Amino acid sequence: MSSDPVLRLSRISKRFGPLRANDAISFDLKRGEVVALLGENGAGKTTLMNILFGHYVADEGTVEAFGRPLAPGDPRAALDAGIGMVHQHFTLADNMTVQENIALGTERLWRLRLDRTAARRRIAQLSADFGLAVDPTATVSTLSVGERQRVEILKALYREARILILDEPTAVLTPAETDALFRTLKLLVAKGLSIIFISHKLHEVMAVSDRVLVLRSGRLVGERETGATDRRELAALMVGQEVRPAEASPAKPGAPLLTLERVSTLPYNGAGLDAVSLTLAAGEITGLAGVSGNGQAALAALIAGIRRPTDGTISIAGQDMADWSPRAALAHGVARIPEDRHAVGSIGDMSVTENVIAERYRSARFSRMGFLNWKAARRFAEKLIADYDVKCPSPEARIRLLSGGNMQKLILGRALDPDPAVILASQPTRGLDVGAVAYVHRMLLEARDRGAAILLISEDLEEILAMSDRIVVMSKGRLSTPSLRGERSIRELGELMAGHDGERSDHAA
Amino acid sequence: MRLEPKPAPSLAITLLFPLAAIAATLALTSILVLAAGASPLSVFHLVAKGAAGSQFALLETLTRATPLIFTGLSIAVAFRARLWNIGAEAQLYIGGVVTVVLGTAALPLPSIVLIPVIMAAVMAAGALLLLGPAVLKTRFGVDEVVTTLLINFIVLLFVSMLLEGVLKDPMGLGWPQSQKVVAEAQLPRLIQGKRLHYGFVIALAAAVVVWVVMKKTVLGYEMRAVGHNPEGARFVGIPVNRTLMKTALLSGGLAALAGFSEVSGLKGNLTLDLSPGYGYTGIVVAMLAMLNPLGVIASAIFVAGIFVGADAMSRAARVPSYIADVMVATALLTMVVAILLTRFRIRWR
Repeated sequence: MSSDPVLRLSRISKRFGPLRANDAISFDLKRGEVVALLGENGAGKTTLMNILFGHYVADEGTVEAFGRPLAPGDPRAALDAGIGMVHQHFTLADNMTVQENIALGTERLWRLRLDRTAARRRIAQLSADFGLAVDPTATVSTLSVGERQRVEILKALYREARILILDEPTAVLTPAETDALFRTLKLLVAKGLSIIFISHKLHEVMAVSDRVLVLRSGRLVGERETGATDRRELAALMVGQEVRPAEASPAKPGAPLLTLERVSTLPYNGAGLDAVSLTLAAGEITGLAGVSGNGQAALAALIAGIRRPTDGTISIAGQDMADWSPRAALAHGVARIPEDRHAVGSIGDMSVTENVIAERYRSARFSRMGFLNWKAARRFAEKLIADYDVKCPSPEARIRLLSGGNMQKLILGRALDPDPAVILASQPTRGLDVGAVAYVHRMLLEARDRGAAILLISEDLEEILAMSDRIVVMSKGRLSTPSLRGERSIRELGELMAGHDGERSDHAA
Repeated sequence: MRLEPKPAPSLAITLLFPLAAIAATLALTSILVLAAGASPLSVFHLVAKGAAGSQFALLETLTRATPLIFTGLSIAVAFRARLWNIGAEAQLYIGGVVTVVLGTAALPLPSIVLIPVIMAAVMAAGALLLLGPAVLKTRFGVDEVVTTLLINFIVLLFVSMLLEGVLKDPMGLGWPQSQKVVAEAQLPRLIQGKRLHYGFVIALAAAVVVWVVMKKTVLGYEMRAVGHNPEGARFVGIPVNRTLMKTALLSGGLAALAGFSEVSGLKGNLTLDLSPGYGYTGIVVAMLAMLNPLGVIASAIFVAGIFVGADAMSRAARVPSYIADVMVATALLTMVVAILLTRFRIRWR
């Protein structure tokens, strides 16, 4: 096992303007080894993998695969050298079948029927060998997220990848699917493949890897055998200091503030809602768990005001919301932290100032007689930047240039500044580093203790368990009955997430 | 080769790149000039002289720039909100029609009242003409590029019908032209005996007003937000569809003012050659100005100068004045590249 390395990165450096994304990073990957690449967001993991895979060209340093140097800046070279990558966001053609997706780009322009039969046989063989069950004739759009990921892995294996890079592979999986993925990884390693597993989830890194590399601000700050380290040490390496996770004190629930009564909606980025009833009480965090695409997006869109119910009623503090819109939501004290801070939560090409007033630019504070009060707007931006410790060059900077964490802090500040009664936090910590996650959690808990009713939607079960006073699980557009903190086990929640609801079936949904 | 995003460009770069684009334009078009057997330097010199080499040339350039400022502003406003108004030509002609209808109606009003009344009516007509495509876009998702483009042909034929029919000048010796508007409906000349008229001043004022609207007002903020990210704008409660409607009204009204200014300030009556494509050239003007309302003034004068200068040049050198079209089109392409370069850095492996 400890023969020559299959992959060797030597002193890789990459600068973006003044930012050192990668600073002289070197490491080896051995045959049959799982190396976890651990780091905060912005630590340089993705940059490094993009260099390895040929999406970026390193300023300095070399990559060698199987003893031969890899041509920089050429994904084709990486593929040919046997490197396969499963991206966080899948790169499948939804309208094509599994088999077509897998074979895409590997076949000749004028393919023969014979090729296709052979291709199907190989895919079936690979599926069986590595426990990657998926129907090759199914159209990708009908597959679950877990199945799509299996297709991505099959795609890499079909191209005879010997080194597999997985970028945050578990972000979209149920606990059961995650376990299945880990079993597959073990089988792959047993066959001599090498795996780079990118993650910021410590427990997964501990569970799956042989060796852990920790990146921080572009530098390799630690390398540990997984067996000889623990989560505490890794977390400290990652952020450069001991992180204090947000501690939730017991909640003191008050009056119901937002009530949904048998609300249904059209499908929206996945399932629509099907007669959902939900009550958010003051001073309480309600956590919504579920596998992505099961209606969380529809629920978030509904509460945010960008979608109206087709049936059922929304009421806030007992008042029926007949005319529901983003403005109505804001006017009734609903703060919204959207799932996608780039596409929805911010307007990338506008400045920080222009973005932070976006929800209230019509208020007397920021405009008069149709003219904006830029002075007040700028003051507000400066206040948020100071209060929320946002790192940004100036309030005039385009918000697109900020890192995810800093952007999220601004969105959080914009939402929390008016002291809202109800807070919708949709994936508020997705993609953030440990420090920023703790910060967001602390702000949400403080808002809760001030009496806000909070709905926390997350695909990260750990986050739900840590933060929520009450947990509901969404599956296929329906909500489970709520459970109080600690009432249901992870296993039980996982069953609900998979839509089993007590009775078992053989195939995951 | 790949593109990497750059931070916000500095003011110097923002000003430098258009100049670089113009230099590149000259370099590229000199190939054609050489092919025509002339010396690029002397041809460009003649163009420059024809555009700004004398008081007459300069005034002619500014006269030609006037409608381009209006249509350029119209496009800049619309494109900023990502409303693709390709129909400025039609809005211009409708402006001309309304000017003629009211200007020949013998309304018993003094100039100081009549002209604002006509302008208001002209803007309303242009606004309504673009409202249709905007409603179709927001309600049914009909592509406004198609609808506004096709309306150009409909309106041009409609004007042709009017000029052969109800608006036909009985004293016009059978030409398809309207009567002249009354003296009270005409914009005075800026300088006695020259062609430059008060339409130019109105155009400058319009540019300043549009700049203020875009920069300082709630409406301008909403328009920019909708243009940059409609989904994000909707999320924060900006009424996206209503903003697009307002954008359409403003854009259509501005383009129609070009027709008013040409009829009332320059031609006096309406003919089918009121505009040699000012509505389309407005797209180039707006893009060269990077959609900045004040930049539109400069780019309109630049584009007008090339057309005026090329006319003069073609009389002196033996290069057809069509070189002006090539230069303007090339300038648009180099400008698009320049805009790209201000926002992205090219990495060669």
